[in-house]
Amino acid sequence: MTLKESFEPDILGFLCNWCSYAGADLAGVSRFQYPPNLRIIRVMCSARVDPTIVLETFIRELDGVMVLGCHLGDCHYMTGNYYTEKRMKTTKNALKSAGLSPERLLVDWVSAAEGERFATLVKDFTERVRKLGPLGKETDLKPQQLRTRLVAAKETLAQERVRWLVGRERELVEDKNVFGEKIFQEEFDQLMLQTIEKEFVRRRILLSIGEDTLSVKEIAQRVEASSMEVLRNIVSLERDGLVSMAGIEGNSPKYRRIGG
Amino acid sequence: MPGLAKYALSLPNVVFAKDNQYTCSDAGLTEIKNAIAENKLNRVVVASCTPRTHEPLFRSTCKDAGLNPYLFHFVNIRDQCSWVHMQETERATEKAKALIRMGVARAVLLEPLEETEVEIYPCALVIGGGITGMTSAVSLANRGFEVKLIEKEDRLGGTLNSLHRLYPTHEEASKLVQVKMKEVERKPKIEVMTSSEVEEVEGFVGNYDVTVRQGEKERLFKAGVIIVATGADTLKPVGMYGYNGKTIVTQIELEQMLKEGTLNAHTIVMIQCVGSRDEKRAYCSKVCCLTALKNAMLIKEANPNAQVFVLYRDMVTQGTRYEDYYGNARETGITFIKYSPERQPAVENGSVRVYDELLGEELILPYDLVVLSTPTIAHPDSSDLAQKLKVPVDENGFFLEAHVKLRPVDFATDGIYVCGCAHWPANISESISQAYGAASRASIPLSVGHVKTEPLIAVVDEYECSGCGLCELTCPFKAIRIEETEKGRKAKVIAASCKGCGACGAGCPEKAIIMRHFTDEQLLAQVIALAEVKA
Repeated sequence: MTLKESFEPDILGFLCNWCSYAGADLAGVSRFQYPPNLRIIRVMCSARVDPTIVLETFIRELDGVMVLGCHLGDCHYMTGNYYTEKRMKTTKNALKSAGLSPERLLVDWVSAAEGERFATLVKDFTERVRKLGPLGKETDLKPQQLRTRLVAAKETLAQERVRWLVGRERELVEDKNVFGEKIFQEEFDQLMLQTIEKEFVRRRILLSIGEDTLSVKEIAQRVEASSMEVLRNIVSLERDGLVSMAGIEGNSPKYRRIGG
Repeated sequence: MPGLAKYALSLPNVVFAKDNQYTCSDAGLTEIKNAIAENKLNRVVVASCTPRTHEPLFRSTCKDAGLNPYLFHFVNIRDQCSWVHMQETERATEKAKALIRMGVARAVLLEPLEETEVEIYPCALVIGGGITGMTSAVSLANRGFEVKLIEKEDRLGGTLNSLHRLYPTHEEASKLVQVKMKEVERKPKIEVMTSSEVEEVEGFVGNYDVTVRQGEKERLFKAGVIIVATGADTLKPVGMYGYNGKTIVTQIELEQMLKEGTLNAHTIVMIQCVGSRDEKRAYCSKVCCLTALKNAMLIKEANPNAQVFVLYRDMVTQGTRYEDYYGNARETGITFIKYSPERQPAVENGSVRVYDELLGEELILPYDLVVLSTPTIAHPDSSDLAQKLKVPVDENGFFLEAHVKLRPVDFATDGIYVCGCAHWPANISESISQAYGAASRASIPLSVGHVKTEPLIAVVDEYECSGCGLCELTCPFKAIRIEETEKGRKAKVIAASCKGCGACGAGCPEKAIIMRHFTDEQLLAQVIALAEVKA
């Protein structure tokens, strides 16, 4: 058996009760065949899928995640899938930050009448993930390194400021903000990306400190970043009450985690 | 199958597992009930077809056996496994095992849930005393319900008060209004409040607290349901075609002249689609073509020598009755001239210049009167009322229904309905049909007397909640809102309105919202159980 044949990706699908899950049922009733790599979790609406659960899935070394909802405009709950779209876009950014290919997350829409399309989507996605290979093959990271980065990405997506921004996207881009201004999509995407990247570095620093008391230089080694960048973040983390100085060794101050 | 049952039995917490040919048959269901009783089971997992068809059946079986129906979990190994992997028995079996493992992991964490009931206050608020609102009010009163009918103007009738005669019968608009008003008057169940406006609406289906302002006075009352029948407005074409309200008027102003008998014009030019079907207002109001036909015919009827020109882009006269009506109009000698949006007519120096698309020639038409057919537009007060009711309006400011085909007179918010031109340009018969529709929909909760609230709803962890309000912004059903509490601003779920989609919870910055029956823990347990054994 060649290596290619021996790798079978594990794929998890979150399907909404009203459209995509019904589409999957229809594929069954119509006997449309597709690869058995997919396991399905039913949710009432794709908007129930918290970005952090997607990361939990990757942290547990599954190779691909599908989030399927009703077609835009057809959501049983009116606007749920619009939120799914925004949240999963952000989730892909977080995956990128962690070093994973965003291609491992598929977000798409399947109606209750699209059994055949569902089968095709699963087939194509399974093939796509099979080509990507086992989780992390696209990176040079060791499993433990990847895991830490995924945990940092998950924590990033759990952060208040990230979730707040994601939740306001529709309003800010499509309507207008409190000052009556509209934000352009590109502008928003840029802001979102910066926020994710910034938060990701902060979470990595916090995770790297763990239970230890470390100097900026030591942290920089652990997170493979410049001392300058780490210092800048340490200052902001200190201001947010997440790290504090715990003594000085030689000329270098040492830091440890506090609070959340 | 026996292999799967054996596998299930090997999973943690599983004390009983059995394979069956037809679990949903009477025999199968009895077996489940017996197993619950004999083994004192407190969770049940069925691995068979789809929850979308059979979950209610197994839930009620659990209930019959004394187990809370929400302690049941359904694993789909037919539609999403055996039927779609028919050539790959071995891998399909492994998948079925994984699905069962995931199902059991979730089942362990399921919590018993109870449905609750909310009483419906037996009174309807109808906003708008035009033909649509009056029809709804009468219809509800006929069913024995109390109705509060609110009209902003000092008399009932709405838009019909400014119309002359109605197409296609040419009966007087005032007669129709009189008939409906008499019906309203004869109903002691209807309380009419004129010169009144809705000031504030608080609450949810069955329990709306309404404040109505009547001049200096404020009236407070309770309503169980609300019907929006506020009608629409007509665009005043200020700055278009030299509109002056005297020699260049709108169709509504022409109606007034016809009604009062003050029309003194021999040559009349009507221009259709003024301010509509363009970039700013892309829609067709569909009543203006017929209104123009009607008024043109009435003019010809009164003065057969009058010259009437109708400048149109497309004559919209759908329906067999109205195509005939158009035919009749042509026979009376009205001249129809087609123009294109690229070469708009122009009113200048006492005549109308128009390029006739069919003749391929420019015509100069002298006129005594130019009549502009302007579109039906959303009432300027609509957005204000929409905010008070927390219901949406579309991009043109008309009220937006829950679903264009499936729920055309409902709002997504339970207990609020829409009909007539408030929703979209409609003619009188359509408005009346919708009025009956809305009254009928509104009478469902009123006659049932209570609504059952789904237990699958969001629950706020007040300790974690920071009161940021993102959930309130996210919820399409206005089922969660920020309230001032002793502990500060906190989100509160209105159980009767929550549909259980989970959109609020998955976006909550503090992760302070628990989505019952689909909790984070339950979802995560499934992920963990899946990851235990890799493909």
